[in-house]
Amino acid sequence: MLFNRRKKAIASSGLAAQELFAEERPSYDPGYDPENKRIVTLVSNHASKKAYRTRGIEDIGASNNWKGWLYLAPVIILVAIFLIYPLINTIFIAFTGGYEYATGKFDYLTFDNFTYIFGLTTNAAGGREINFVNYAIPNTFLLVIITVPVSIFLALIISVALNSIPWFKKFLQTLFFLPYVTNSIAVGMVFSVIFDTNGVINYIFNTSTTWIYGADPKLAYIPLCLYIIWGSIPYKILIFLSGLQGIDKQYYQAAMIDSTPHWKVLWKITVPLLSPQILYIMITSFIGSFKEYTHIVGLFNGPGTLGTAGDPNMETIVYYIYDNLSTNTSYAAAAAVFLFIVILIFTALQFWASKKKVHY
Amino acid sequence: MENTAVKTYPDFKKVRVNDNLTLSLGESGKTVEAIKRTEKVSKAIMTVLTYLFILALAVIVVFPFYWMIITSLKQNEEIRGATQTFFPSIVMWSNYVHVFQVFDFGTYMWNTIVVAFFSTAGTLITTILAAFAFARLKFKGRDAVFAIFLMTMMIPGEMMVISNYITVASFGWVGQAQTLIDAYLAMIVPFIVSVFYIYLLRQNFKQIPNELYLAAKVDGKSDWSFLWRVMVPLAAPTLISITILKFMGTWNSYVWPNLVTQSRDFRLISNGLRSSTFVDVDLGVTDYGYQMAATVLVTVPLFLLFIFFRKYIMKGVGRAGIKG
Repeated sequence: MLFNRRKKAIASSGLAAQELFAEERPSYDPGYDPENKRIVTLVSNHASKKAYRTRGIEDIGASNNWKGWLYLAPVIILVAIFLIYPLINTIFIAFTGGYEYATGKFDYLTFDNFTYIFGLTTNAAGGREINFVNYAIPNTFLLVIITVPVSIFLALIISVALNSIPWFKKFLQTLFFLPYVTNSIAVGMVFSVIFDTNGVINYIFNTSTTWIYGADPKLAYIPLCLYIIWGSIPYKILIFLSGLQGIDKQYYQAAMIDSTPHWKVLWKITVPLLSPQILYIMITSFIGSFKEYTHIVGLFNGPGTLGTAGDPNMETIVYYIYDNLSTNTSYAAAAAVFLFIVILIFTALQFWASKKKVHY
Repeated sequence: MENTAVKTYPDFKKVRVNDNLTLSLGESGKTVEAIKRTEKVSKAIMTVLTYLFILALAVIVVFPFYWMIITSLKQNEEIRGATQTFFPSIVMWSNYVHVFQVFDFGTYMWNTIVVAFFSTAGTLITTILAAFAFARLKFKGRDAVFAIFLMTMMIPGEMMVISNYITVASFGWVGQAQTLIDAYLAMIVPFIVSVFYIYLLRQNFKQIPNELYLAAKVDGKSDWSFLWRVMVPLAAPTLISITILKFMGTWNSYVWPNLVTQSRDFRLISNGLRSSTFVDVDLGVTDYGYQMAATVLVTVPLFLLFIFFRKYIMKGVGRAGIKG
């Protein structure tokens, strides 16, 4: 190891390394002449490498400015119109007062949209917004805190189990992937039938609880979380399984010789070696859960347990954005900016926290 | 070292170990055979437990699909009855006949297919061109543009939806006077570019060896014909994955079509499903049988797609990791 590093150092320094370390070099090195006690072969350096090595593909590609831009033109136009401009424009709208989307006109620049959605100030008509603080924010965070850890844990256990079984592996993997290829709205409606007051869940558990329509929001969380977890596990299993297949079998053989208990193998070998996939899944599922919307529409057919009537007690931040989009565009934009900042902070936190825990 | 006496070992070829000899470990008094047996048994128990665990969860995963299908074949009285049956007592195929009367499946399906086809075709063309430029061509500012593209992937789509709605409205595609073509344009044009698929295809293009490109150059092929004759066929698996995922994305898209369509007739399948009411005329309540029949109609095409293209879907999702 040490010797290799030194060789590298010589190579990279590109100095006349012949006399350097000559005394210490072991006699079995083919580049060492023991009689004259000096290096006789050349250690390659960068200058000589460049002569024969092409650096990647791009050096061969046609060097032609206008042609490259021509190929990119359709994408750049579309990205500029539908990705870059909207981003800037949305942030801008969040700070405007009296904005009208039809004309694009606004009266003044202000911070009031943010204070309004947080219920700190009233709007022009004297109304106060309570839904965002009372429902949208707590619901969004609760769903993230419940569904993300549970689904990651379950997916991890299922993937390890699926990876260890000898028969029907492919078939079961496909089976567990099924929820991914479904329509969120359609399956949401199926869940609402299953959890109906006269539904099969109440029949099996011999209760008559109201889960969906007209339910207590706390109880309505149970079918909602179950549905979200059910729908989010397949993708996680797929990623974890591909990660598990990449782990060297030798680690497990070594653990077997030491007769390590199963839970310890899982916790000390599998989880650390799977940590890049776990980090990736954590980041994507945190971002995904912060944007919860279609599962709620599918299950409740509206922002609350009474559908479109009554309190929006199941509303999330994204639901709030879509609800206000055409009528109160500035408020929707302010909520979107808030969501963006929350997601950025969470992603940064996870990168920071995982820096020491992830093994690449 | 030289002085050490040479140790003599018994020659095992000559010494015959008694067949009846059993080895046992000191502390537990267990024989090697016994330990082997217990290990075998515990491994078998472990495997059985693992299968039980997986099968139990598999039942939960599949149950909604099962319940959807059997409910779609039940009478409303049976669905709402006090005792739930796990198989319809009378199989009501007529639910499917009725559902076509209240749920305009044909129109929604047609809209969805048109939108899916054009947005997929558009995405493929823009993606291939851009990925080729990023992977093969060399021009000033290429890396900067690519970095900006990658950065846009981290921004939640909700940020864009608000302004895109305004943009599309300013093009005259949304509003009271919306025609079917306007609705199609509003649903297609913002989605004929995907930064993620560009990234995915670029990675794929980069793996195609230099020698092929040089050979094409020697033969006097232009970049353009090299792209369509060599690179696109070689990247076919990725392109198929992109096509299927894009199609599934359109089939499942709910938010945007709901925002930009004025009339119910312009909507896509998810919107149609959610906004349709399946009321039983006699009872005045939702007929879950009809409703579930409609969800079966929406789910089955996706399943068929999955059965035929399982490999491409799972591979594509594994690498792409985005829905839609």
